[in-house]
Amino acid sequence: MGVVNDDMFPKIEKFPGGEIIITSLDKFFTWGTKNSLWPLGFGLACCAIEMMATLMSKFDLSRFGAEVMRASPRQADLMIVAGTVTEKMAPRVKQLYDQMPEPKYVIAMGSCAIGGGPFYYDSYTVVKGVDQIIPVDVYLPGCPPRPETLIDGILQLQKKIEKEGVLRKKPTTVDEA
Amino acid sequence: MSHDTQIKKEPSNLSSKQFRTDSPLIDQIPGRKRQILRESPESELKMEEFLLNVGPQHPSTHGVLRLVVALEGEVIKRCDPDLGYLHRTFEKISESRSYQQIVPFTDRMDYLGSMNANWGVAVAVEKLAKIEVPERAEYLRVIVSELNRIASHLMWMGAFGADIGAVTAFLYGFRERELILDMFEEICGSRLTYGYIRVGGVAEDITPKFDKLVREFLDILPAKLEDYHNLITGNPIFLERTRGVGAITLEEAISYGVTGPMLKACGMPWDLRKEEPYSVYPKFDFDIPVYYNGDCFDRFRVRMDEMVESAKIVIQALDGLPEGDYKVKKLARNIKPPVGDVYVRQEAPRGEYGVYMESDGSTKPNRVKYRTPSFSNLSILPLMTVGWKIADLVAILGSVDIVLGDVDR
Repeated sequence: MGVVNDDMFPKIEKFPGGEIIITSLDKFFTWGTKNSLWPLGFGLACCAIEMMATLMSKFDLSRFGAEVMRASPRQADLMIVAGTVTEKMAPRVKQLYDQMPEPKYVIAMGSCAIGGGPFYYDSYTVVKGVDQIIPVDVYLPGCPPRPETLIDGILQLQKKIEKEGVLRKKPTTVDEA
Repeated sequence: MSHDTQIKKEPSNLSSKQFRTDSPLIDQIPGRKRQILRESPESELKMEEFLLNVGPQHPSTHGVLRLVVALEGEVIKRCDPDLGYLHRTFEKISESRSYQQIVPFTDRMDYLGSMNANWGVAVAVEKLAKIEVPERAEYLRVIVSELNRIASHLMWMGAFGADIGAVTAFLYGFRERELILDMFEEICGSRLTYGYIRVGGVAEDITPKFDKLVREFLDILPAKLEDYHNLITGNPIFLERTRGVGAITLEEAISYGVTGPMLKACGMPWDLRKEEPYSVYPKFDFDIPVYYNGDCFDRFRVRMDEMVESAKIVIQALDGLPEGDYKVKKLARNIKPPVGDVYVRQEAPRGEYGVYMESDGSTKPNRVKYRTPSFSNLSILPLMTVGWKIADLVAILGSVDIVLGDVDR
């Protein structure tokens, strides 16, 4: 199983052994990016366990090309914020995001990353949503979201990438010079 | 804690020993020794201290732990954990919620042993408010918390394997863990944060499907454990990386307040289910695995054997499950316990889990304190890592089995 979009590239001629495809660079890069998202291996709290479960054999995220967890932000293009962001962690999350190369995408996984979740009230350390520090593309509700939700989130993100393109995407890093 | 508990010098005859692999390598490889650091750097070659930062974003810190490691060459001179990246103020939140509302927060505290975390708080409130829990509920609590112990150890086994290079174990551990999550999903609808054990009983009665799933799982578990032993325990690379590594003595472990599998690996069969029996544990027949070297390999063996013992408890509890209510029929919406305080301690997958609760007669507790096992077990890390090479750091840290939610709270 996988995501194959046959109508993506117009085919002009069929001949034995292959096809000639014409496309624009943007379409080609978009196609490549969306089908091989490399997430940053970055677990914050409980949701990280569900993120790992999604990668494992039962749910197998590699069917959608997003299983290559990178330990370094320099090699990643998707950040899955899986868990609670605290005030102490927030500068590190921001720094990790800034270190990722363009184009880059963010999934806010779970209630805590969306808006503080159960720690919204009475907690003096929890950041009320990761979108206060970095831009978020897809929000996944749940505490924690089920692995199916994460898979759906990745598919939604793929749709979004296809729609907005890669080369036309504006840089999202805010330079603090 | 009674320090004069009889410590046997020879391993007791445990039934789970049959699962130990017969690989002769286990005894051939003598185990490594920690390097002795030079006291005075007065040699010809000038050595400088090298500071290395590990984390908070690091694949082997099991979350957001940060370690500042001072190295002398390749050898660790000092290791300072920097905590607090996941401090979510559970104690403060607990003081501003009603007694029943505290339970779901403990799910997020120790998110690999949620059932055990729920249980401690539920028992503390029940003791404060003097609520009698039906026997069926106690049995169900034992069943789910022991299943959760198996799930937690499976997850740990996978993560520990992945830490030291055996990535296959990660897939295997998760595969069997999913079976347990299916059972929990059947009774409470959730995969990770259950909120199943509540004040006055449990949330729902078990279904016939749950019973079937548990029995099926317990049938296949021995074969799966044998697979893991064949895959990991007899592996020379695994043995080379864990035997003797990070060894601590029993005295050190006791003085740092280390509990759970880490203490059992040092030769002390200390388990609150036996030492201070709570719930219906005295009715079940099970052993406490104990090993004597206190190194990473013995911690691994203790956890592998604990899974066998937990499986024994689950099947006994399931067979002897009494009829009756699964929760207290009439429970006030807002419990107002009399003024007083209580300390409850239980054996969680990681060690001794304690809840201190103080009531001032209102609907909210006046003070809540959690004594979490991961925090105390992590405190011995600076001592354990000194003298080992930087490559051993990950193995030693992995063998502690920390959950950062449990450490930072």
